[in-house]
Amino acid sequence: MIWLTWRQLRGSAAMMAAVLVILAVALALTGPDLASDYTAGIAACAQDDTCGRFYDRFFGAYDLPFMAVSLVVLLLPALVGLFWGAPLITRELEAGTHLLVWNQSITRGRWLAIKLGLTGLVAMAAAGVCGLAVTWWSDPLDKSAPAGLALMSPLVFSARGIAPMGYAAFAFVLGVTVGMLVRRTLPAMALTLAVFVAIQLAMPLLVRPHLMPPVTSTFELSAVNVDGFGINRDRGGYVEVRLSDAVPGHGGAWVLSSKLVDSSGRPATSPEPGVGIVQVSTTSGPCSPAGQQGMSACPTEVNRLGYRQQATYQPLERFWPFQWIETGIYALLTLGLTWLSFWWIRRRLS
Amino acid sequence: MTSVLEAQALGRKYGKRWALRECTIDIPAGHVVGLVGPNGAGKTTLLKLACGQLEPSAGGVTVLGGRPAGTPAQLARVGFVAQDTPVYAGLTVADHLRLGARLNPRWDEAMARERIAQLGLAPAQRAGKLSGGQRAQLALTLGLAKRPELLILDEPVASLDPLARREFMQHLMEATVEHQFSVVLSSHLVSDLERVCDFLIVLVDSRVQVAGEVDRLLATHHRLTGPRRDPDRLPADQHVISASHTDRQSTYVVRTDTPIHDPAWTVTQLSLEDLVLAYMDKRTADNRRAALEVQR
Repeated sequence: MIWLTWRQLRGSAAMMAAVLVILAVALALTGPDLASDYTAGIAACAQDDTCGRFYDRFFGAYDLPFMAVSLVVLLLPALVGLFWGAPLITRELEAGTHLLVWNQSITRGRWLAIKLGLTGLVAMAAAGVCGLAVTWWSDPLDKSAPAGLALMSPLVFSARGIAPMGYAAFAFVLGVTVGMLVRRTLPAMALTLAVFVAIQLAMPLLVRPHLMPPVTSTFELSAVNVDGFGINRDRGGYVEVRLSDAVPGHGGAWVLSSKLVDSSGRPATSPEPGVGIVQVSTTSGPCSPAGQQGMSACPTEVNRLGYRQQATYQPLERFWPFQWIETGIYALLTLGLTWLSFWWIRRRLS
Repeated sequence: MTSVLEAQALGRKYGKRWALRECTIDIPAGHVVGLVGPNGAGKTTLLKLACGQLEPSAGGVTVLGGRPAGTPAQLARVGFVAQDTPVYAGLTVADHLRLGARLNPRWDEAMARERIAQLGLAPAQRAGKLSGGQRAQLALTLGLAKRPELLILDEPVASLDPLARREFMQHLMEATVEHQFSVVLSSHLVSDLERVCDFLIVLVDSRVQVAGEVDRLLATHHRLTGPRRDPDRLPADQHVISASHTDRQSTYVVRTDTPIHDPAWTVTQLSLEDLVLAYMDKRTADNRRAALEVQR
């Protein structure tokens, strides 16, 4: 049975292997250079404290390959579910070959176990190799990525570490189960894709923020967490602070919410999201454009008045715990669907 | 000898529609059993129940004394060639033999190779490129080389041309003679089965109409032709299967165990085809009557 499963899989497995080898070779050739560029750049910028600019320049130079390899890791599980999972049973049902193979001297439970086991393991291995290779390669870029593409941010998190392995296993078994229920390849593929995408969206939006209680803390305003200061002339004029999704001292963190609070801890937010309001004179003093130094002293003044960024975030140190927990969740979902598929093939499918 | 197939009030429904109901049959071992009936009569359902492909909705069925497809050992004892003889289009002929060898403990490799050579199939040929007849022969080879005690074939020749039909049946018969196993095969054409079957089951409208050894069926069914007479006036031991009347003449097909001595009748022997047609006709006549009664 293992032979038959492999015989049916080997074509697409070879294609998958070819793609992975090309990717691995490309990553292996460019990875060491990328890492040494990064080390040299950090050594240089540490001397004159211009590392912020170095990060931007370094990341800017490689943002396309960064996006491309991340996309490969994100897409791989979906493709596995679509092209390996969904047709695994429907192809047999459509051609009638299930009648041939279920009447050899092997129970259909065992048949399914070997098909699921072997194909699933190959899929997981492919996603695992791909995910870990990309994690290794993009390490310098992940360290210099802007806040929105930080390691903990939803999209990048899903394209690193061991989680892709969990996604692939889940997508595969999802495809198989949907295929058994729907019995037609194309509708099964469409439904698998829809369900998988929905779950992949629900996970970072609804579940992942709560895997561990997020940290809430207040930070002084600085170049890290402020995108810009501005003056709004309405209602006698006030200073607007545009906050970024980053917290000082916790690079790579996933900022869930960020708002401006005043010295007594009350929120000082404007209706516009991510913007805080500071009640300070804009006609005289450090925050008036007419002052001696223009606006340059304004941030210091705002900090002196006790305005702070209050942020809720998941710090970067939780990357690996989160990876394990999330992989575990997908493993449980996979087991649940596997149980369903066995139940269905014994009781309902004919 | 034990029964190869024993069904007790066996039934199967799809949704609300019964595809097979109240099927009680007992097929002794060592026969080539023909299962005939019009399309949609429930032949495939009965065969799928027998090979464990389907679970019964009512009643029970035992095949060779065991629950169909219950264990690998039970699966090894029953071969099944499905309707339209499916094979893996992407696999070669040799791959199929390898599949059979790997999945069946009693696989007869020599027999499989010999048959493939005899049929002139190239082992490297992809099964998807085979003709309908060749594909059917490949599926039959898989079924035979498994060395089952019972081989079930569901309309194996339905899509074949007359020459391929004859060849297929011939191969099947040679194998049964050589290896001594029981066969159940279905068809909607009596002519396919006439020369090979010694046991017949007629299935019409999801019910078994008659089942028995062909010789016995032919000996107990007669066509009576004579002056017009109502069915009520026939002897009680003559069961009317079908009847047709003209103004002056009546023709009956009856089943009876006793000889017919009434000199008014001209008694003629039935062919197997006539017998099956009589049962199909009876069923449709019954339906017509039922429909008329409903309308009244």
